[in-house]
Amino acid sequence: MEKKPGSPVRLFSTYARSSTRRVRLMDGIAGKGTMAAGLLIVALLVLLLNEMFRLSLPAICHFGIGFFTSSDWDPQGERFGVLPFLYGTLVSSAIALVIAIPFGIGTALFLTELAPQRLRGAVAFVVDMLAAIPSVVYGLWGVFVLAPLMQSHVGPFLEKTLGFLPLFRGPFYGGVSMLTAGLILAVMVVPFIVAIAREVLLTVPVDLKAASYALGATQWETIWKVVLPYSRVGIGGGVVLALGRALGETMAVTMVIGNQPRINASILQPGYSMAAVLANEFNEASSKLYLSVLVEVGLTLFLVTFLINIAARVLLWRMRSVHPH
Amino acid sequence: MTDQSKISAQDLSIFYGANRAVKNVSMEIRENRVTALIGPSGCGKSTFLRALNRMNDIIPSVRAEGRVFLDGQDIYAPRVDVIDVRRRVGMVFQKSNPFPKSIFENVAYGLRINGVRSRKVIEQQVEKSLRGAALWDEVKDRLQTSALAMSGGQQQRLCIARALAIEPEVLLMDEPASALDPIATQKIEELIHDLKRDYTIVIVTHNMQQAARVSDFTGFFLMGELIEVDETGTIFTKPTRKQTEDYITGRFG
Repeated sequence: MEKKPGSPVRLFSTYARSSTRRVRLMDGIAGKGTMAAGLLIVALLVLLLNEMFRLSLPAICHFGIGFFTSSDWDPQGERFGVLPFLYGTLVSSAIALVIAIPFGIGTALFLTELAPQRLRGAVAFVVDMLAAIPSVVYGLWGVFVLAPLMQSHVGPFLEKTLGFLPLFRGPFYGGVSMLTAGLILAVMVVPFIVAIAREVLLTVPVDLKAASYALGATQWETIWKVVLPYSRVGIGGGVVLALGRALGETMAVTMVIGNQPRINASILQPGYSMAAVLANEFNEASSKLYLSVLVEVGLTLFLVTFLINIAARVLLWRMRSVHPH
Repeated sequence: MTDQSKISAQDLSIFYGANRAVKNVSMEIRENRVTALIGPSGCGKSTFLRALNRMNDIIPSVRAEGRVFLDGQDIYAPRVDVIDVRRRVGMVFQKSNPFPKSIFENVAYGLRINGVRSRKVIEQQVEKSLRGAALWDEVKDRLQTSALAMSGGQQQRLCIARALAIEPEVLLMDEPASALDPIATQKIEELIHDLKRDYTIVIVTHNMQQAARVSDFTGFFLMGELIEVDETGTIFTKPTRKQTEDYITGRFG
């Protein structure tokens, strides 16, 4: 390029590429492509729902609302009620959350506020690894380690100390029970709660913690009165994610819940969950009605998960609008 | 008026890891006086300020050497309760940092964590503190609304009220008006003037006019060292050291 003496060298203008047609075309393709991917997901969800509804229509017509109020499950006699499975899914997930929430938040607090800097990364890595273990492996661990332990120690101990409550009465059936399933689920969902709570706790402004310390607060008071209130909406989001995982977990639960379609007041006795009955009985569904019933169980599981997610989101949204944090 | 020493720093050095941010500073802070700390950015004045109520302790890599006496007691001595030190030496930060709670709960926070349970006492003390921070008339009808809905200047005065609520003896202020407009700044400065009747105040500022307006004593920091400390009038009219003169006349910084 001609360069007059004294005029500045304009490197950018000389070398920058002007917006060519090819670049603009790529932009268009990228935009349309991502939109297509997004729409495809929505379409899949709609198709899935539609198909499940279509397949379960015979069962819905046959049993009507009685399907949700009956606790009979007798495939030979063609009497089907989803209640024991609904109960098992909800109770095992609730047990899991009751155990996993304090453990998860405690671990996250330890990793963000208390642990020595060198330990934080290592422990966080191990906790993340928990989420990578296949659920059938958890199930095996449940069958061979946890269930015998429940049978020999935990169950008798709970019955001896808390047996006056209907919640903790025997007899035991080889350690498989609602509580065993809840415990396995708790271990499986803890990494989700830890991962999200950790991210949220890291966003608490240092300024706020400093203000608390400057007023003579201890570390515990600062965590309890400043850090946790600031993070509760975000941590709530993590709990919702964990709940979704617990509701749908199939393999590990099937292996330790006991697979008895009955509603027991005691969590030391076996139960059954919606996901577990699908896994166990799908191959045996001999009649058209039986198959249709199982699809309706699946649809119910889907709707329960969906409704709980919506409810939790509304709750979080209201918490956020009352107090921004 | 007695010009008694309230805080006495002796040979104080503060390290960030291996980097020494404050170098062998010895300084007297006089009771019921306003002491301003001035100097260019990164000169160690804020770090020195935070050493006076051991706020540097919450940063893991920071280490202090030397001694700081509060009423004759070394606050870095082994058996001293850091909670007690911070209750006696309150702090207001550069960026106003109210808790995401109501105005009332912000001021009540220090009372609650220090074990005050009586609702009546808390209410009285909240009112007294808000009056002390010249904020009561503006907020008395909306004590239950979020502190985050207040203007920047009001938030900073709320932070002052929050610090006053636990009746400290010393108030440390780290550039308390640097993020505020001139009107809000003026209010804070008037407040500092009123507060020195009851409190010993140490204020860090990069605004030399502010130091001249509000303080009785001024210390000039440069690269971690305390170059000179004297009555404010003396520092700004006839400083002893060449670096001080260069700084206050605007030759650098």
